Amino acid sequence: MKMIKNASTASKKAFINYGIVIVFFVVFQTLVSTGNITSALKGQLIPITCYMIMAISLNLVVGISGELSLGHAGFMSVGAFTAVIVSSLMDGASNPARLLVSIIVGAITAAIAGFLIGIPVLRLNGDYLAIVTLAFGEIIKNILNCLYVGIDDKGVHFAFNNPNALGMDPLGKVIINGPMGAVGISKIATFSGAVILLMVILIIIQNLVNSRTGRAIMAIRDNRIAAESMGLSPMKYKMLAFTVSASMAGAAGAVYALNYSTLVPKKFDFNTSILVLVFVVLGGIGNMTGSLIAAGVLVVLPELLRKFSDYRMLVYAIVLILVMLVTNNEKLKGKIDTFLKKFRMNISKGGRKK
Amino acid sequence: MSKSPEVKLVNVPSPNFVPEKDIDKPLVLEAAHLGIDFGGLVAVDEFNIGIGATEICGLIGPNGAGKTTIFNLLTKVYEPTRGTIMLGGKDTHNMTPVQVNQMGIARTFQNIRLFDKLTVEENVKIGLHNHIGYHTLSGVFRLPSYWREEKKSHEKALELLDIFGMADLANVTADSLPYGAQRRLEIVRALATGPKLLLLDEPAAGMNPSETEELMNNIRKIRDEFQIAVLLIEHDMNLVMGICESIVVLNFGRIIAKGTPSQIQENPQVIEAYLGTHRG
Amino acid sequence: MLAHLINGISLGSIYAIIALGYTMVYGIAKMLNFAHGDVIMVGGYVSFCSMMYLGLPAPVAILAAVFVCTVLGIVVERLAYKPLRAATSLAVLITAIGMSYFLQNAALLIWGANPKAFPNMFKNIEAIEFAGARVSPVAIVSIVANLIIMIALTLFTTRTKVGKAMRAVSEDKGAATLMGINVNFTISLTFAIGSGLAAIAGVLLCTAYPTLMPTTGSMPGIKAFTAAVFGGIGSIPGAMIGGILLGIIEILARAYISSELADAIVFGVLIVVLIFRPTGLLGKQVHEKV
Repeated sequence: MKMIKNASTASKKAFINYGIVIVFFVVFQTLVSTGNITSALKGQLIPITCYMIMAISLNLVVGISGELSLGHAGFMSVGAFTAVIVSSLMDGASNPARLLVSIIVGAITAAIAGFLIGIPVLRLNGDYLAIVTLAFGEIIKNILNCLYVGIDDKGVHFAFNNPNALGMDPLGKVIINGPMGAVGISKIATFSGAVILLMVILIIIQNLVNSRTGRAIMAIRDNRIAAESMGLSPMKYKMLAFTVSASMAGAAGAVYALNYSTLVPKKFDFNTSILVLVFVVLGGIGNMTGSLIAAGVLVVLPELLRKFSDYRMLVYAIVLILVMLVTNNEKLKGKIDTFLKKFRMNISKGGRKK
Repeated sequence: MSKSPEVKLVNVPSPNFVPEKDIDKPLVLEAAHLGIDFGGLVAVDEFNIGIGATEICGLIGPNGAGKTTIFNLLTKVYEPTRGTIMLGGKDTHNMTPVQVNQMGIARTFQNIRLFDKLTVEENVKIGLHNHIGYHTLSGVFRLPSYWREEKKSHEKALELLDIFGMADLANVTADSLPYGAQRRLEIVRALATGPKLLLLDEPAAGMNPSETEELMNNIRKIRDEFQIAVLLIEHDMNLVMGICESIVVLNFGRIIAKGTPSQIQENPQVIEAYLGTHRG
Repeated sequence: MLAHLINGISLGSIYAIIALGYTMVYGIAKMLNFAHGDVIMVGGYVSFCSMMYLGLPAPVAILAAVFVCTVLGIVVERLAYKPLRAATSLAVLITAIGMSYFLQNAALLIWGANPKAFPNMFKNIEAIEFAGARVSPVAIVSIVANLIIMIALTLFTTRTKVGKAMRAVSEDKGAATLMGINVNFTISLTFAIGSGLAAIAGVLLCTAYPTLMPTTGSMPGIKAFTAAVFGGIGSIPGAMIGGILLGIIEILARAYISSELADAIVFGVLIVVLIFRPTGLLGKQVHEKV
């Protein structure tokens, strides 16, 4: 885990990340406006940005707070389906306003879900905590699979596990249809909107980490007993990180949902949670720059290398295992360090010969 | 289990042994009939102690006597099976380590527990945490209170580190410090929480004689400057006899003697149970 | 109702066999082997291929699956987990998740995404009538296999030298090493037994629910872990009780509440158990040393 050395390098790192986001936006916006981008990649721009948000927000829990959460996609889906309802209700308002309100309400709903789930989850440790977050992620998916929502003149109708219980006007519109998911979503998400959200979330995370609150979260991660003896309540700060992270996943889910016309709950299953975890691990646990780059590259790369898309997950799995082995085994770490040293020496020797 | 039930004790149980200068002040900590069992095994029993407001008190005893267990009881890492702990006149029954820290008790650990990956300064700032007055949201939005309080805590952290001459190490990560410096940093960090009572668990472990000498001076300096009480566990008898105003000797989880350093040194039971093994 | 109960016990027996693998590995290597569920899937495919492509008889196909999975278990442990004995539980768990993904995606490349219709393994066994309810051949085999495995494992860990070594390693790795126990061998053996059992569970599971896909093992795997936690991690009888109770809960939830929510209810059980009795029904308490 890489840690911030001091305030000045911390803010330097923060600005590097803002720079990355701005470059990312400028490059792709230029490609889009000059028409130098495949339509497949263009369609991926908003999802990529959402996955970047997912990765940095999960990194807040995994890297900064030190808890392995395997249900991050669950919070994303809470935000997504909330946004679908909110944006449908705001039919007629301007698109940016609908998007903004949907994001905010989605984030708040996901934060509430995160808080409620955090109460039992954060009392656990290690493997148990991980498996319970996974369980909650699946529970959220199952519940959404049973959720039916419709809108008619009288307002919003909810039904659980029984579409006939909606009690709608014949003219009403079903917007969330159980396992079939959300249908007829207005695609109001924009790339620039998604990037602004990413930037805001990045600022929040980095400022949070470099404040007394962030220090408290990291102290509890590094040594819970010592942190308690310093008067820091582990539950309070773990909960803060978990809830903030959930709300950010909810915001990302909102944008993600409003980029598609239909969306099924199954999209946000355990595999999506793992995919985001892969971004976090490969980018370096606790390293926000790494999360951004890993999310970006790993979503774009398979698009560029269509031929290899079959092997994508297999390669991710292998790389994931190798990264863990190399970074966590002292012997291997040592061997690689000496290899790199030799490699560098050879390069510098080669340079001198020229 | 205890082989010395009929030993005559010096000043046990309370009235407490309190140095003259603290007699008129309220006790900072008072424990009575304290005890804890682990799975039916009595680890500590009938522990009575009163610590004066600016007293330096030593807690000694052979390995496994239950010294660290007492620290864990006083800081509420363990909830006692029996007895009461009064901190500044308040009963700490059912309180958490977090609560008793906020009431003025801070500690170091026998097996060092620093926040390894954070810098020395950040470690101290975590100690200062509850004295840094800005809200999480002020931190997120970088409001003026964030900048003001961060600056203040930065200065305060350096000031505290300076007690041990460690201010120039502020930006080094804690795990890269040498062993002795890590022990000193733990003391600074505990001090930063603003305690009325400082518990030091083997502060001189692994230090050479000159480092120990310096540590003794610094413990005295801290006591005088901050006007706090210190309870310390230590095996280095020169340190214990050199700075402690009173000493409590523990064996098999029970107090076998209490008194001034000279009283303890002359106590035959103590010599037999503890000092004898050290002084041959 | 009785029919549901029998189905529940049958499914629960399969969970119990899988849970044994989790509970033994967790007890001894102190890690959550996330890839355990995927070993079930490999066992399913190996027996499927042995029967359908090689035309082997069912018992031989089962043995082949057990053999392949046992070797797989040992190899996975040696390559991925052994180098991480000293690492944090976070690192080990992520590696195990990586291994799970590796197995699933390797299976996807080898056997494709289309579900395979699993053949009936137990054609020669007659279904029996029990108090008016039909007990299917696979249910009979599952329940009987579960009982045999349970008794055999209990005898193995209490009566044999190797089994005792296993328990010693689970109590204290360092002390076991000092006593001359080969810890690496013991851990490998645990993975071997767990994976072999997973292969048997795979065959039973695929016979009971005859669609075989690369993701077949992941859900039953997680549920079996739930069963292991429910019964008390590290406890062999705990795995059996936890497995059977969980199987009954799942089948009843599916029948009387909602098939959509059955999984949610099973996971709800996990959460409730972990919060109110984290050591499970038959588990032991452990203290953190300060």
